[in-house]
Amino acid sequence: MGKFKKGGSKELPEISTASLPDIVFMLLFFFMVSTTMREVELNVNIMVPSAKEIVKLEKKDLVSNIYVGVPMRKFAKTMGTEPQIQLNDQFSTVDDIQAFIAAEREARKEELRNKLTTSLKVDQYTKMGIIIDIKQELRKASSLKLNYSTRETAE
Amino acid sequence: MARKTPEINSSSMADIAFLLLIFFLVSTTMDIDTGIYKKLPPIPEEEEIDAPKVKQRNVLAILVNRNDDLLVNGEILSISQLREKTKEFILNPLNSADLPEKKLTTIPFFGDVMVSKGLVSLQNDRGTSYEMYIKVQDELAAASRELKDEKAMQKWNKKYADLNEEQQDAVRDYVPMQISEAEPKNVGGKK
Repeated sequence: MGKFKKGGSKELPEISTASLPDIVFMLLFFFMVSTTMREVELNVNIMVPSAKEIVKLEKKDLVSNIYVGVPMRKFAKTMGTEPQIQLNDQFSTVDDIQAFIAAEREARKEELRNKLTTSLKVDQYTKMGIIIDIKQELRKASSLKLNYSTRETAE
Repeated sequence: MARKTPEINSSSMADIAFLLLIFFLVSTTMDIDTGIYKKLPPIPEEEEIDAPKVKQRNVLAILVNRNDDLLVNGEILSISQLREKTKEFILNPLNSADLPEKKLTTIPFFGDVMVSKGLVSLQNDRGTSYEMYIKVQDELAAASRELKDEKAMQKWNKKYADLNEEQQDAVRDYVPMQISEAEPKNVGGKK
């Protein structure tokens, strides 16, 4: 019959890993392009409400964020458990909003300053009182473009 | 002559790339911001107390109290009924006397049509939950979109979003949706 070679003595050739860096670099570039840097560390818990009629927020560099929510566990002792406002990295009060908007404007180029949108990232269980106050402050700072951050309702 | 330079060992390249990759994975986010877009009214220059008079039949008054109950023109509704109610209010299909008046307007593409003078007024309590507020906003936006889609379908057999800018303007003039948010009141007592 046929001739069979006795295996065993021959070893499998090693798989070349020369192209591994290329693969990883490709992944790396994908993530670098498709993601954005985390700007702030959240000190409050936020679960934004869901809605159906939503639009995408374009031009992230023209958006300033105001976060409202219950402080995280580690801040519960100092900040309590009532919803608090967070601007940039720290807890703030309603009175700080005008200064915050002014600073945000200052940081942008002159021709883009009136295109600034404020995005309200508010926890869904917050009461409207604090939001009404924020809206009044925004009106006073004449920053009238507002976006209520929501997530899409799962159908 | 020229000596051959030894090849640089590139086996650690993968490790370097992995390190970079992990760094970017950790420090970046991928979420896209979505939300409901609104424009705030500017603060009036002078103390203008005398707001423009609007007839009662032209106003759809939506009140939300601190228990997240909905009162629409004196009628307790659930959130799921709000959309139909708003659409009926704006369209006034039967020309009934307690729904908004209409005004003859000339609109490009449509010609002379009757446009509703209706106005939605939204008022909520300081104790209303944000979730409810967003739900109401969402329903109003949905009602507006459905009306626009309806008109666009009749005229061009297309959805509102697929029309060009001039057509969109015309449709927007045809079914206007004015939402006025009243200054907050403390209905339902102090919290």
